[in-house]
Amino acid sequence: MNAIADVAERIEAANAEALARMLAADPVLVDVLPAAEVLPVLGARTILHAGPPLVWDDMCGPMRGAVAGIAVFEGWARDLEQAASLAADGAFAFHPNHDFGAVGPMTGMTTVSQPLLVVENRAFGNRAYCTVNEGLGKVMRFGGNDAEVLQRLAWLRDVLGPALGAAVREAGGVPLKALVARGLTMGDEMHQRNVACSGLLLRALAAPLARTCRDRDVLAQALAFMAGNDQFFLNVAMALGKAMMDPVRGIAASSVVTAMCRNGTEFGIRVSATGDQWFSAPVEMPEGLYFPGFGAADANPDMGDSTIVETVGLGGFAMAAAPAVAGFVGAGAASDAAGYTRAMAEITLGENPEWTIPALDYQGVPSGIDVRLVVDSRVVPTINTGIAHREPGVGQVGAGVVRAPMACFEAALRALAREVGVA
Amino acid sequence: MSVTANRVRAGFFLDSVALMRLSRSLLALPGVEDAALMMGTPANRELLGDAGLLADEGAAASGGDLVLAVRAGDETQARAALEHAETLLRRPGQRAAGGDDWHPRTLRSATRLLEGANLALISVPGDFAAAEARKALRQGLHVMIFSDNVPLEAEVALKQEARQRGLLVMGPDCGTAIVGGVPLAFANRVAPGDIGIVGASGTGMQEVSCLVSEHGGGISHALGVGGRDLGEAVGGISTLMALRALMADPATRHVVLISKPPAPAVAARVGECLAGSDKTFTLCLIGAREFALPPNAGFASTLKEAAAQALGKAIGERFDPAALAVPARGPSIRGLFAGGTLAAEAQVVLLAAGQAVASNAPVPGASALDGAPPEAHRLLDLGDDAYTRGRPHPMIDPGVRDGPLRAALADPLAGVVLLDTVLGYGACDDPAGHLAEVLEAAPAPRPTVVASVTGTRDDPQGRAGQIERLRAAGVLVAPSNADAAALALACVAARC
Amino acid sequence: MNDPTDRLADLLGAAPRVVNVGLAQFADDLEGQRVQVVRVEWSPPAGGDPELADLLSRLGM
Repeated sequence: MNAIADVAERIEAANAEALARMLAADPVLVDVLPAAEVLPVLGARTILHAGPPLVWDDMCGPMRGAVAGIAVFEGWARDLEQAASLAADGAFAFHPNHDFGAVGPMTGMTTVSQPLLVVENRAFGNRAYCTVNEGLGKVMRFGGNDAEVLQRLAWLRDVLGPALGAAVREAGGVPLKALVARGLTMGDEMHQRNVACSGLLLRALAAPLARTCRDRDVLAQALAFMAGNDQFFLNVAMALGKAMMDPVRGIAASSVVTAMCRNGTEFGIRVSATGDQWFSAPVEMPEGLYFPGFGAADANPDMGDSTIVETVGLGGFAMAAAPAVAGFVGAGAASDAAGYTRAMAEITLGENPEWTIPALDYQGVPSGIDVRLVVDSRVVPTINTGIAHREPGVGQVGAGVVRAPMACFEAALRALAREVGVA
Repeated sequence: MSVTANRVRAGFFLDSVALMRLSRSLLALPGVEDAALMMGTPANRELLGDAGLLADEGAAASGGDLVLAVRAGDETQARAALEHAETLLRRPGQRAAGGDDWHPRTLRSATRLLEGANLALISVPGDFAAAEARKALRQGLHVMIFSDNVPLEAEVALKQEARQRGLLVMGPDCGTAIVGGVPLAFANRVAPGDIGIVGASGTGMQEVSCLVSEHGGGISHALGVGGRDLGEAVGGISTLMALRALMADPATRHVVLISKPPAPAVAARVGECLAGSDKTFTLCLIGAREFALPPNAGFASTLKEAAAQALGKAIGERFDPAALAVPARGPSIRGLFAGGTLAAEAQVVLLAAGQAVASNAPVPGASALDGAPPEAHRLLDLGDDAYTRGRPHPMIDPGVRDGPLRAALADPLAGVVLLDTVLGYGACDDPAGHLAEVLEAAPAPRPTVVASVTGTRDDPQGRAGQIERLRAAGVLVAPSNADAAALALACVAARC
Repeated sequence: MNDPTDRLADLLGAAPRVVNVGLAQFADDLEGQRVQVVRVEWSPPAGGDPELADLLSRLGM
């Protein structure tokens, strides 16, 4: 009996440390740099993807579409067809973004020549990376890979990336913690809704951009691109999430979830005490609302590293801050939003006192997912997500809510029990 | 041939999520093949076009306009759908049903919600009660476990952990407590006062607290400890903690301990504990013959005696069983009790009068039902597992007693049927009324029926009204459970 | 760790503030007496899976 009490106390202490590290985080957008510079280990023909590890044969349609597209973009194949056959022949090395300090939305393609947002957690000195958001419509993150998609990627690489990098450096970095706090009070939850934060970031970078950008046309293009993309901030929020959670990894006996992500086939989580081990289960289908002409039959299973946002207490966890997003669950009313956040409080260690929700009497967002609480309560994390078409190249067809599969958490619990010596 | 129809609301903005929800509700309308409500941006108009939803009006819309678009089986259906969309636009949000009904799913989050929470009341199925109790302890809560069927090892572990944390575990199988003036689970609305109770028995605590309250005294706290606490395995952990707490409690002058006879080693520890106090105690150990007591403690063999000692005065002196007795038609008493300790107390009263008693829950000196002579008095604890398996406790559902009651009323050997009636929170709304109906339906002649009512004037059911209802049904009502047993005995004696 | 007698004195010092886990009637009765009570919408831990429930208890739940 005392041995069990000891284990309980060890876990409690480890989790207190995990939560303290989360809350101490000070994420700052410090630069935008080519992947080759910040991740020199990324060689030719290395493709980082969203979610837990995945081989070509198991990839869903959009993931294959994105792989083919990025291979053409990087010049590793002359066309999509050749890219696909090279991929099938094992010509590309696939790795999860998470293994390289990176995250990527939906398909999450990260390769050597793409510009990456660099977020530094100044409290711990670690950095995390994410590509620049491509905008809406046909985009690579949803498996789009036609000429228009690749041209936009080239523009991001050649024009916007360098311009943004210069502006961010000029600004001396953009502190993100307070910016997110402000966004929460303006109706963003940082996953499905980034309208406020995208605007706030644009405000912070407009003058630096104007100062650093010599070409007026480029300046206008950059401003228009950011202004025209309500989800521009999503990728910043993701890098912020990764930067915030990485220092929480590897705390002995801690049952806190340090990453959640999906690769279109499987949903994977990592838990602090068990380090880099993935606990995966088949990913679920999102429930949501579809663009006209599309329906559930067109939907691809859930994808992306963007669930890092929920891992830090935003997205579905902060639904109460963004009542309009609650409608994505389908029949849910705006006033149901608070219920999602309250439910997530069942499975988290505490609240983040710096990220508060006015509609919940300034309750902090639920922070620090504890696998034990998930398995115990049968409440799984609620994730706000975009829905991709199941065929490569079509793009986004809707948006909705998806639940993390319970099996991941059960597997993690068993591993934790072995790790701390009670099973 | 389908019809595509559009309508444009110029300068009307609505959140895209709200629009998607409205679009979906249009799909349920008769004849509607597809529908969308979108702001008229170029990208959206292209989407509408690709979906076969764009008509001329929509094509001419601008980004600040809302386009209502449907494709339906015919013109009428399309127009009806657009009308419906307009109606929905007047009230885009639907209210959540019962938004205030949200409850936390776990003890942990409930504890966070209630600032200063200090007590968990646990009544989940026994298999799960220990786990919930442990969670409560780790949240720093004292625990009252109403649930029964908690394994003994689990009880020991819980109480050891609780003691380390300075927290009290009341139970398991703790039906009654009064804490800080608040009745918990099955308890009565008693007067506040300076008498504390520590009890291993729910109905025993109810009887003592009600007798005290109805006779001019009052209760500071009544702390249940569970029926096994004073056994060897648990070692009286909760009893000792509760006793010490009441010793330290400025509101408490005298403490009554109610239990079955404790294990000898535990009895010694209790004796030591009491001896160190400057307060006075009554030990009501139902069925115990003798017990070494420190000078500041007295012994009571019945609940009534315990109440009297605590009050420092005799109670019910004017009650004269012999004068009230009605000659019984048969030699035996058939006791049917909802309260286990009330059944035990009645056995003690009959045994003290030299009678042969059989019970499904025999006290020392009484025999088991099997093999008892037919004319022996039979006192049944209907709250015993054998009667409650798959059924509620007879205090909650008095119908549990109906079958045995009808059988006793028809038993030719039965001279007296002896009953208890327990009032208070948790108990059924009108136990007397239920009993009366069964009695009134019984064919005459029937045995004499004797009962007592455990309750107070302030209980939700009202003690006086319940007594009145029993009397109206021809029941002889005694002022206490012990008095009822004595009256039953007097009725049987009057026959001879 | 708190002094044990302090924690019990705290319990006896005022009306309890109750977390009710189980029968709703107990919570109803307490609310009727204006006692602060919060109800848990309880269901068996780990969905009633005994192996997981056991593991949870070993892990301090």
